Amino acid sequence: MLKPVLVLAESLRGEIPDLTFEVLGAGRYLADVMGVPLYALLLGRQAAPLADRLSLADEIVVMDNPQWDPPGEQASAAALLQVRRQTEAGLILLAGSNLTLGVGAVLAARTDLPLVNFCRAARVEEDSLVLTCQWCAGKVFAEVRLSGAQGIVVLMPGAFPPRTDHQPRSAKVTPLAVPGDTPPLTFHRYLDPEPGAVDIAKQPVLVGVGRGLQDRSNLPLAEQLAAALGGAVCGSRPVIDQGWLALSRLVGKSGMTVRPRVYLALGISGAPEHWEGMQNSEYIIAVNTDPRAPIFNSAHYGVVGDALELLPRLLEKVQARKR
Amino acid sequence: MNLIVCWKLVPDTVEELVLDADARALDPEAVRYKLGDADDHALEQALLLKEKHGGTVTVVALEAPEVDDALWTALAKGADRAVKLTLPQLDLGTAALAAAFASWLRSAGLLEPAETFVLTGSQAMDDLEGELAPYLAEALHLPFVGVVSGVARDETGRTVRVIKEFAGGLRGEFEVPLPAVLGIQAAERPPRYVPVARVRAVMKSGRIEAADVPLPARPRQWQPARLYFPDATRRVQWLEGPPDSVADQLVEVLVQRGLL
Repeated sequence: MLKPVLVLAESLRGEIPDLTFEVLGAGRYLADVMGVPLYALLLGRQAAPLADRLSLADEIVVMDNPQWDPPGEQASAAALLQVRRQTEAGLILLAGSNLTLGVGAVLAARTDLPLVNFCRAARVEEDSLVLTCQWCAGKVFAEVRLSGAQGIVVLMPGAFPPRTDHQPRSAKVTPLAVPGDTPPLTFHRYLDPEPGAVDIAKQPVLVGVGRGLQDRSNLPLAEQLAAALGGAVCGSRPVIDQGWLALSRLVGKSGMTVRPRVYLALGISGAPEHWEGMQNSEYIIAVNTDPRAPIFNSAHYGVVGDALELLPRLLEKVQARKR
Repeated sequence: MNLIVCWKLVPDTVEELVLDADARALDPEAVRYKLGDADDHALEQALLLKEKHGGTVTVVALEAPEVDDALWTALAKGADRAVKLTLPQLDLGTAALAAAFASWLRSAGLLEPAETFVLTGSQAMDDLEGELAPYLAEALHLPFVGVVSGVARDETGRTVRVIKEFAGGLRGEFEVPLPAVLGIQAAERPPRYVPVARVRAVMKSGRIEAADVPLPARPRQWQPARLYFPDATRRVQWLEGPPDSVADQLVEVLVQRGLL
């Protein structure tokens, strides 16, 4: 006898992030295959009015707390634990987002459930859940079996199609009191992103630079190429953390999600946290010295080579074309 | 300030990854290990806090390939103590790793000062069982915030204000009572560079302490059924040749896409 599925629905500033609908869609699919109910737990400040949007689930449990704007990781885990006890859920699905990062580990530490991270595909085989997970920045895949389909599974952003549709019959909405044993974390304020000179989400062409650019002094070449193509430069986490580009130029987790007509990735390995922000680009051209770099998994055109050798030549030819 | 930095080494994905004979783990003999980026930022954040407010920085790691290099470098950068726990890190999952750190931190009395920060990288690319920081917080029964990119001390020394990253450049400020575990995504400044000569000097004058800890009861939550390399070339069309020729081909692609 398989146990119900429980998904954590995030809310941030009165909105449900897109990733929640990916988790909800995966939860609906697995609950249907397993023949079990799907529960959604919605947490946050003034979250209750958002419950209707989650009616793909059979039952939505809402914990509305003025202090949770948003809740901390341990508070979210405590809430999930309480709902798990009431629903007897065996499978808990979480989004691989910054908001939820760590919730799964807290929950695993407080239960006997195994936690499986970076899941990009899931299927049911008899009474087991078989997961395909990404490991080592996407260079290795792991197949994991959860017997009895019980565990905590964190889904890779972008790996499961989002679902915003509803069940034919309306879902039950149940308000629940907030657990009392959550640690005293106080939320103070949001810090909105400082508006950069350019909005990278609106550019038709993006020249993305990564660690392969090697030195800040090589950045102007990429900027000139982006300008010649009518676009802008953006970056992966390492170049932002080095201070070469502002946070407003970060693509991926913590940063922006972009869908340009062409994304030219120079010296970017394509780690999952970058991939989730640029995977829906219309066309992806990747240049990397490592033929096994995960960026090539989603690229349309690939060049195995040093971006620094290619960049000046490409810039020269693009500029010549435009003259 | 009592600043404790817990590290785990990760496979260097720039190098080739090799699976072991039964394809259920990496081959530790054939894979190169290094300090993860976020762990490097955790040390930098600890050093920045020490420089601003005074205190001591203790870096702790388990036995792992390349760990001595990482610990010597930490001392050269300004850490006060480098401690190596004698358990092999690669035999442990993340939850067990957290249990090993917790066991030593408790037995060594490192958590006694009120103004104690436990910092570690917010995430690592081999976190298949989940992240170290939240497991550590649970093992130590301390509050936790992850994806932190800013830490500001409160004058009372009883709480700390941290900046947590969400998405789309949005961040939030939380106040956390101390002691606390912080998962550091990025330090307020890029990790400092330390010349090799300085590391060599520290290797002569300093020392890495060794400490025994018991093997955690449950080394791993689970084992993968199998590991394999993804098929990387399903969609990609390779452009080959010398850089000049590749640049010509790329220009043609850009022309086809209507960008030139």
